[in-house]
Amino acid sequence: MDLSPRRPLPRLLHPAAWWLWAGCMALAASRTTNPLLLLLLLGVVAVVVSERRVPGPWSRAFALFVMVGVVVIGFRVVLSAFLAGPGAGPVLFVTPQVALPDWLAGLRIGGPVTGDTLLAAVYEGLRLTVMLGCIGAANALVLPTRLLRVVPAALYEIGVAVVVTLTVLPMLVADTVRVREARLLRGRQSSAPRAAAEMALPVLAGALDRAVKLAAAMDSRGYGRTTAVARRTRWITTAAVAAGLCGVALGLYGVLDGGTPGVAGVPLLGWPMAVAGGALAVGSSLVAGRRIGRTVYRPDPWSAPEWAVLATGLVCAGAMLAASAAGVDLQGPTSPPQWPALPLLPAAGALVGLLAVVASPPLPGPVQARRARTSTPVAVAR
Amino acid sequence: MIRFVDVSVTYADAPEPALREVTLDIAEGELALVVGPTGSGKSTLLRCVNGLVPHFTGGRLDGRVVVDGRDTQTHAPRDLADVVGFVDQDPAAGFVADIVEDELAYAMESLAVPAPVMRRRVEETLDLLGLADLRDRPLRTLSAGQQQRVAIGSVLTAHPSTLVLDEPTSALDPQAAEEVLAALQRLVHDLGMTVLMSEHRLERAVQFADRVILVEHSTAHVHQPPAAMSISPVVPPVVALARLVGWDPPPLSVRDARRMASPVRTRLDGVATAESAHGPFTTTVASLDRATVRHPGVVALRQVSLDVAAGEVVALMGRNGAGKSTLLRVLAGLDRPAAGSAQVDGREPEGLRGQRRVRTVGLVPQSPRDLLWTESVGRELADADRDAGVPAGTAASLLDELSPGLDLSAHPGDLSEGQRLTVALAVVLAGSPALLLLDEPTRGLDYDTKRALVALLRARAAGGIATVLATHDVELAAEVATRVVILADGEVVTDGPARESVVASPVFAPQVAKVLAPLPLLTVDEVAVALEPAP
Repeated sequence: MDLSPRRPLPRLLHPAAWWLWAGCMALAASRTTNPLLLLLLLGVVAVVVSERRVPGPWSRAFALFVMVGVVVIGFRVVLSAFLAGPGAGPVLFVTPQVALPDWLAGLRIGGPVTGDTLLAAVYEGLRLTVMLGCIGAANALVLPTRLLRVVPAALYEIGVAVVVTLTVLPMLVADTVRVREARLLRGRQSSAPRAAAEMALPVLAGALDRAVKLAAAMDSRGYGRTTAVARRTRWITTAAVAAGLCGVALGLYGVLDGGTPGVAGVPLLGWPMAVAGGALAVGSSLVAGRRIGRTVYRPDPWSAPEWAVLATGLVCAGAMLAASAAGVDLQGPTSPPQWPALPLLPAAGALVGLLAVVASPPLPGPVQARRARTSTPVAVAR
Repeated sequence: MIRFVDVSVTYADAPEPALREVTLDIAEGELALVVGPTGSGKSTLLRCVNGLVPHFTGGRLDGRVVVDGRDTQTHAPRDLADVVGFVDQDPAAGFVADIVEDELAYAMESLAVPAPVMRRRVEETLDLLGLADLRDRPLRTLSAGQQQRVAIGSVLTAHPSTLVLDEPTSALDPQAAEEVLAALQRLVHDLGMTVLMSEHRLERAVQFADRVILVEHSTAHVHQPPAAMSISPVVPPVVALARLVGWDPPPLSVRDARRMASPVRTRLDGVATAESAHGPFTTTVASLDRATVRHPGVVALRQVSLDVAAGEVVALMGRNGAGKSTLLRVLAGLDRPAAGSAQVDGREPEGLRGQRRVRTVGLVPQSPRDLLWTESVGRELADADRDAGVPAGTAASLLDELSPGLDLSAHPGDLSEGQRLTVALAVVLAGSPALLLLDEPTRGLDYDTKRALVALLRARAAGGIATVLATHDVELAAEVATRVVILADGEVVTDGPARESVVASPVFAPQVAKVLAPLPLLTVDEVAVALEPAP
């Protein structure tokens, strides 16, 4: 009898899997300004988010990031109307032009604005919006605190600092409210600057007090007991991991930008940088991790669903890169403005990204989780 | 298990030692209760056990503290984490993770416990403390009692042999306190753990103790519980009753006392009357008319109507989260009712500003520190006089009434919880408000300060102040309240004279009432009056 479940059991996907998937979608978006392709990608991401986002305050991150993106589009359009040089095509309207001195010959403020310029700005803005949406999606799919669990052991202390900050900040806000109310209760009516000065002291004193209590609690529970490594070694490994991660970031920037300078045809800020940085980060954190005696409770597994989700992302990005390499026109036509065509290969690739919904296990909702728990003893009894 | 040899502790810049030549021995599997007045050195004693004193607090420790063979001189708190579990007064301040399960695992992660062991211990701890249903809940959404149990669980997973707790039930309502004490009982009886805990509310804890450590004037001695209660400066009502009627050794629980009480009950029968000495109260000072308050996700108050008259002392009781604090906030004008209205002295409290507010309504919040933000008590009192527009020295003389001889140059942050409360009370009362609101005034107060508070509240009420106090402390309610209002889920479930309301309730009845039931006597003072031969 086949005991393996046909569908994956409900659980949360490994945080890194969702981030990598979202990164692949962003990479795909970065290579095109074709509005149809971009909207298709955005739609795919939206569907996955609506199916697999984790309930809680972060679940709205995707919508929030897309809204920021819409603002970016508007901003780009306004800027290009005033700053871009005269484009091709018929002039739509003329903005008042500012006469600039000769030495600013390359610059132009105001003047005739063509439809082509505006359309190009919209397409560029749309691309940014989709990439922002991908980052928002990653935040909605993975709680930021869970991401911290997969932070390399060498960066553990930085991670703890981040966690503490995340918990202290809302409390600081609560403290400010409390102190403000206390002033009201005592009938104080001083001017705003004086009030701020009077309030700062108790708020900061409260935060300090809390920090000391937290430190005492952590110390009493063995924090730092097994991480007693020589300070020098710790510094070196931490620096190496941080440098590696910076390398990864720069490399990814190169990959996403696509037009960065290179040496002998190989883009310097591209795959080589990303791979080298990644190797450095992983290597040094492995070395450091072996020294740091900490264990992780219920580590997130990386198994078939993670590979499958990652694969859908890679196929999507791969299709876009392959089309780009094969010379398929991935730019939205702006001069003359036309209804864009939908290139088949990238579109099919984008749709593969949708399979992440099927590939990832369903969310363990509280109701499902409870049912699963209560049903276990019954099954055993039978 | 825990051994103190000639231990003296002196904090930096302190003129006198906080502990002086303490020698004591707690055997394995005992539940030892640390008892003493505020500021006597209880917290210092507890913090010595896992080395927070002096490793974390600074200062100088002479002598030796040895736990399970480990000397705190050579072991820092983190090196003792697998031997001593330490739970501080405010559990929420020590949480590191944001989900119950992760919080339970934190100590084990730090100690590098292998993953399978970790998994098993978390499951065991969830069951042991009745937390299984809360395993994936965010810590911030838990009630205070649940948070306290998670805090205990989070140190238990490291499998310490000793547990040290500083006031584990002070902030809890009676039911939640019982949950926590029952959990501790189970740890002692089933697992043979050694537990060392301090507690102000002796009526809750003393019957569970195997040993009592009396801390007084910076020294400490171990006694058997009945012997300790015979000489202790702080005693629960049942022991005070025993002292009054001459039971020796004193009973520690209601059950023991009730067995001894039948002669006393016979003597009192017929003498005791159910008459309320108070009232009638006619001048309405504050009123709520079908006030409804919503907080995100909950209705905090549901159409609550309440009138408070001058001279009345209303005790608001009910579970944590029942809406007590919200009701006070509405009366103080900090929250605006979404429907219905609130009036104090004929005005909406929300619009009150400046001197008029100070003279109409005064609220002492749950943490009195919020009201005090300058660097000395003296300046705080002078500010209060100015805010209220009263002659200089008014607040200072009030404080002198409450805690005589308090150093006016002291920083409010350095005072004990009880002293801070008296300063906040003096500040609020300087404006002689028509309505006085108190939120959990007895949290962290010893019996002496509580007695001073009761006397002051009674005097003020006789002078015509209307008082509303939210409290879990049934003994306080029995002492001062003329009326008891019990809230549940934002609704008033009981509103009536204090005596009838609390005597009838199994949860809210004070110890004396439980011992002498069905006689309608609530406090030791009332028993003393009733026992006096009629003139």
